[in-house]
Amino acid sequence: MKAVVNVYLKEGVLDPQGKAVEHALGSLGFKGVNEVRIGKQIVLDLDASSKEEALKEVEKMSETLLANTVIEDYNIEIVE
Amino acid sequence: MKKAVVLRFPGTNCEFDTDYALKKLGFDVEIVWHKEISLPKCDLVVVPGGFSYGDYLRSGSIAKFAPIMQAVKEFANSGGYVLGICNGFQILTESGMLPGALKRNNSLHFISKFQHIKVVNNDNIFLKECKVGEVLNIPVAHADGNYFIDEDGLKELKANNQILLRYCDESGEPVVLNGSVEQIAGVCNKEKNVFGLMPHPERAIEAVLGSTDGIKMLEGFKG
Repeated sequence: MKAVVNVYLKEGVLDPQGKAVEHALGSLGFKGVNEVRIGKQIVLDLDASSKEEALKEVEKMSETLLANTVIEDYNIEIVE
Repeated sequence: MKKAVVLRFPGTNCEFDTDYALKKLGFDVEIVWHKEISLPKCDLVVVPGGFSYGDYLRSGSIAKFAPIMQAVKEFANSGGYVLGICNGFQILTESGMLPGALKRNNSLHFISKFQHIKVVNNDNIFLKECKVGEVLNIPVAHADGNYFIDEDGLKELKANNQILLRYCDESGEPVVLNGSVEQIAGVCNKEKNVFGLMPHPERAIEAVLGSTDGIKMLEGFKG
């Protein structure tokens, strides 16, 4: 079973990398880009007997290590 | 003689500067490897600068689970003094021993230069030799020094005099260095026994290095 964790800076927390890319897109002539947010994608290959079990475990991993919840949010997708 | 322990993780690179500075100030110093599970009897634990675990995932995020960190937490919980410098500050925020978090610098650049900082509060052992409002000149060298804390957290820091230092110019006027909330360069915990800052006082202890302002900071821990 695979789990995909997307980690990104919380709304309201300035994302300097996203801002830089946003400006770069603008100077390359791309129009209509209102905001760019850059995150991380962490893909885990898991031994888990059920989706629920996997989700529970990956939630724990996200809270303790994968995301810093002071500044980051995350979402988890379990892929069978 | 006061005893200081300096931690060493894979990727730490300021342990010998810190060892040198503390010895020069009269501390007995021992460097302790991250795999140790207990601390020798000591008065101060310094988490020095560097790039522990290559800054993988987030600066300090992996070091917080090193075996020695459990002992450091227990030491701090029983009132022991802990100082995190640069990557050490990142490790202490990641481990929850200090409030807030350190993000990538707004400019996305690694900033390495002498930087003026202003003493905000001195009612703590670390900065008690400094005056409130005093401007110090201390090197900074970081990519992830952009201090973030939410509004409630900031209120709490202010209410408890936990803001230690702010980036400023020579005359003490605020300077935006890296995007830190209110130009914060260093904070302490509520109990005022755990301290963290991005600037490197251990690099400012001899005139030949360009500044001796780090001496009165580190000397505070002599009691």
